[in-house]
Amino acid sequence: MDAPTPPPPPAALSPPPPPPPPTLTGSPTDFLKGVVGKRVVVRLTSGVDYRGVLSCLDGYMNIALEQTEEHVDGAVTNRYGDAFIRGNNGE
Amino acid sequence: MDPASSGIQEPFDLIRLSLSERVFVKLRGDRELTGVLHAYDGHMNLILSDVEETIMIVDQVEGAPEGKGTVNVAKRKMEMLFVRGDGVILVSPPSRT
Repeated sequence: MDAPTPPPPPAALSPPPPPPPPTLTGSPTDFLKGVVGKRVVVRLTSGVDYRGVLSCLDGYMNIALEQTEEHVDGAVTNRYGDAFIRGNNGE
Repeated sequence: MDPASSGIQEPFDLIRLSLSERVFVKLRGDRELTGVLHAYDGHMNLILSDVEETIMIVDQVEGAPEGKGTVNVAKRKMEMLFVRGDGVILVSPPSRT
């Protein structure tokens, strides 16, 4: 360790820790909850992208998208009103 | 919370609402299916009837740029089909209006 942490000051002198900036809080799960209902890009391991409105997802990362466009190499190759994407295919 | 007015709480709801309907299924290995969905489970194992399978076979032409080979399409029909869930990439129900 290059910078060993100094011993903690006496409790009476230590200021309360500043609240962390709100944009950096939250778990990945919180982030995903926050993007439900928004336009997202889902990239599969195959490199295919699905762009659509995220309607929901579960613990396996199975994903339901609305107004989905399938993009391969930047070109739209398919459109689906709704699409269920099996979780293991995500990147 | 009512995401996008669809009444869907989890992804499997999309599949449940497609039972007895004709669905499109994209599979690993450049295969696609359309068929009537009879049953599914948590692995996305599927039972489909009146199925048409489309298999894309890309013949890489010697000297042609990557991905520019000729694409042959093979189709076959099956009365009843069990699909193992691990091959499923995407399931799309009929468009609900």
